[in-house]
Amino acid sequence: MRISELASALGLETIQDGYEDREISTGYSSDLLSDVMANAKADGVLVTVQAHKNAVAVASLVGLAAIIVCNSRPIPDDMIEAARAERVAVLLSPESAFEVSGRLWTALRRP
Amino acid sequence: MPPLPISPETGPQVVLELIYRLKVRDAMSSPVITATPAESMRDVQYRMRDNGITGVPIVEGGRLVGIVSMGLVIEALDSGRIGRKAGELMTRAVISLEDDMPLAFATTYFNRYKYGRFPVLDRDGGLVGIVCASDIIRALLVAMNKEVERLEERLSAAAVASGGLPRPPDGLSRLSFQVTHFDFENAGKASAEFKKALKGLGVDAGVTRRAAVAAYELELNQVIHSEGGTMSFVAGAGRIEIVAEDRGPGIPDVASAMTEGFSTATEWIRSLGFGAGMGLPNAKRVSDEFSIDSAPGRGTLVRVAILY
Repeated sequence: MRISELASALGLETIQDGYEDREISTGYSSDLLSDVMANAKADGVLVTVQAHKNAVAVASLVGLAAIIVCNSRPIPDDMIEAARAERVAVLLSPESAFEVSGRLWTALRRP
Repeated sequence: MPPLPISPETGPQVVLELIYRLKVRDAMSSPVITATPAESMRDVQYRMRDNGITGVPIVEGGRLVGIVSMGLVIEALDSGRIGRKAGELMTRAVISLEDDMPLAFATTYFNRYKYGRFPVLDRDGGLVGIVCASDIIRALLVAMNKEVERLEERLSAAAVASGGLPRPPDGLSRLSFQVTHFDFENAGKASAEFKKALKGLGVDAGVTRRAAVAAYELELNQVIHSEGGTMSFVAGAGRIEIVAEDRGPGIPDVASAMTEGFSTATEWIRSLGFGAGMGLPNAKRVSDEFSIDSAPGRGTLVRVAILY
């Protein structure tokens, strides 16, 4: 499933254009950036409430394709700029990390 | 008041280092002149007049519960409510700073919220100071004067000494970056550049990821805990070396620091998603060789090697 397909399937708001519309195979839910560094798999999606540019740096370093920010947390401009530069998608959801993770898990396992 | 013309992102390196090295406590006024909620707005007005100040935090049992600005006092005078209690008319939603935040946070707050002053709380939430724009300007001018003096000395010394020769090329790729305490704006830049360089060398993706994890954790440790340091990278001939060297304060108990979950980070650092106590263990786990040398009063030196 591509990021753009995932965004429409989960009803996510796409925060910026110019991201690389990659194929997604997995996801990781965490607010601890060291935990993300250690355990998130490449080509995955990060589900988090950490809406700041350091989350983009971590995503880019471990090769994550997208970040889903939960609970409609406000996204600062410098995070959007960093995401555009790194071509990482930033998506926004009004739902909690629990709900987003559940939907993501189901969507990625649908044949 | 027009915005403070200081950018926590794009200013000259010297200024960036200053605003991240200086803490809010270095600029704040202390002790703070306060009032209690039970005192009248008239009491607050006299306190402002007698002390030449334009804002008074309202404190109850050592806790900040509100703030009264001169604007509120004027409104109270205007509407005949100057005899009312401060607790009734005060602003309750107070935006405060923490004393160990870098000064960069304070300049950002002034430009973002347009308030004339911010109360300063300590780690336990107690009111320890207050900071207004002139406090920040004074602290910055003092620090900038010192810095310019230091730069002038260095320039004259450099003019005397003969320039060093560049290292002969040996086929290895080398990178080096300065890391600044609490500079979360630029945190991870060194690791990102290093990762790009490894990609350029055609290093395998799994190895690159291990190196990126080690580099990022060590870099963030310098941002969060050190007084500043250097990240150096050497890659080539099947070996990647990362050297993280900082200027202090040093780690009192290295064994604890190497234990997963052990952290000395403050609350606001944790709220950014850092300080989980996984940094050094993560770096060690992805490395083939790992050594750490640290003691209080000295800096910390971490050497990591990844073989490929």
